[in-house]
Amino acid sequence: MARMKFVCDAERCIECNACVTACKNEHEVPWGVNRRRVVTLNDGLPGEKSISVACMHCSDAPCMAVCPVNCFYRTDEGVVLHDKDVCIGCGYCSYACPFGAPQFPSNGTFGVRGKMDKCTFCAGGPEAHGSQAEWEKYGRNRLAEGKLPACAEMCSTKALLGGDGDVIADIFRTRVVARGKGAEVWGWGTAYGSSQAGQPSEAAKSEAKS
Amino acid sequence: MTRLLVLIALAAGLAACSEPSQDLRSGHAIQDDPAWQGTGSNFVASDWTPGDQRNWEQALKVRLQRGQNEYNRVR
Repeated sequence: MARMKFVCDAERCIECNACVTACKNEHEVPWGVNRRRVVTLNDGLPGEKSISVACMHCSDAPCMAVCPVNCFYRTDEGVVLHDKDVCIGCGYCSYACPFGAPQFPSNGTFGVRGKMDKCTFCAGGPEAHGSQAEWEKYGRNRLAEGKLPACAEMCSTKALLGGDGDVIADIFRTRVVARGKGAEVWGWGTAYGSSQAGQPSEAAKSEAKS
Repeated sequence: MTRLLVLIALAAGLAACSEPSQDLRSGHAIQDDPAWQGTGSNFVASDWTPGDQRNWEQALKVRLQRGQNEYNRVR
């Protein structure tokens, strides 16, 4: 069984925002909601790094744990989805998520928050695959069309990889071995579990000592 | 007669205690069809058969290697 994962190669991301545009275009995501964003660290300084961030479809998803109405569910492929008919828009998931994935439209007259919206790994929602209702609530269901997420497939430098975790891990490993650097996969440990997750880096430890 | 009246009064009074179910669908009960069943439309990738799980998984792996692993193209 495939386990769907995202990974962003910070050595390759050029902050072009093609992934953001591809996502918004593919699902016609409304204004004010960005299911995917590009975050740049140390912007403008030598050695700046950019990563594309969206829902990481965590193995032990905090959003699922805190949702008071239990609107989240996980598919057989490990994709974390939610039911907008059940969501009450409380916003707990946005506080719990370490990646800022849950988004809330705020275009109502009185700033009504509305139903939560987030990356679906292009897998739609609980409505019938390819139905109008699924399209209107969650966007296109590319997985059920035999395709992979639009953001990853559109990435010009192939920094963003999305698909079966085993395959993208192999692809990333090949790159790291070939170039001899850049093995850090940001967010991977937090999302998918690791003994090193949440631990300070070696650089931070050495800084603390000095 | 008095007993009947008491029963009627009790039934009428307790009727207000009932309320319709307000249960929400639980996350464990949310049903979603597997992605490999397809969308039923013709707007799908052509290299797999909707309804065949192994075929779908294999097609996605091939698509991933072809589309996202440029080392396959440059070698």
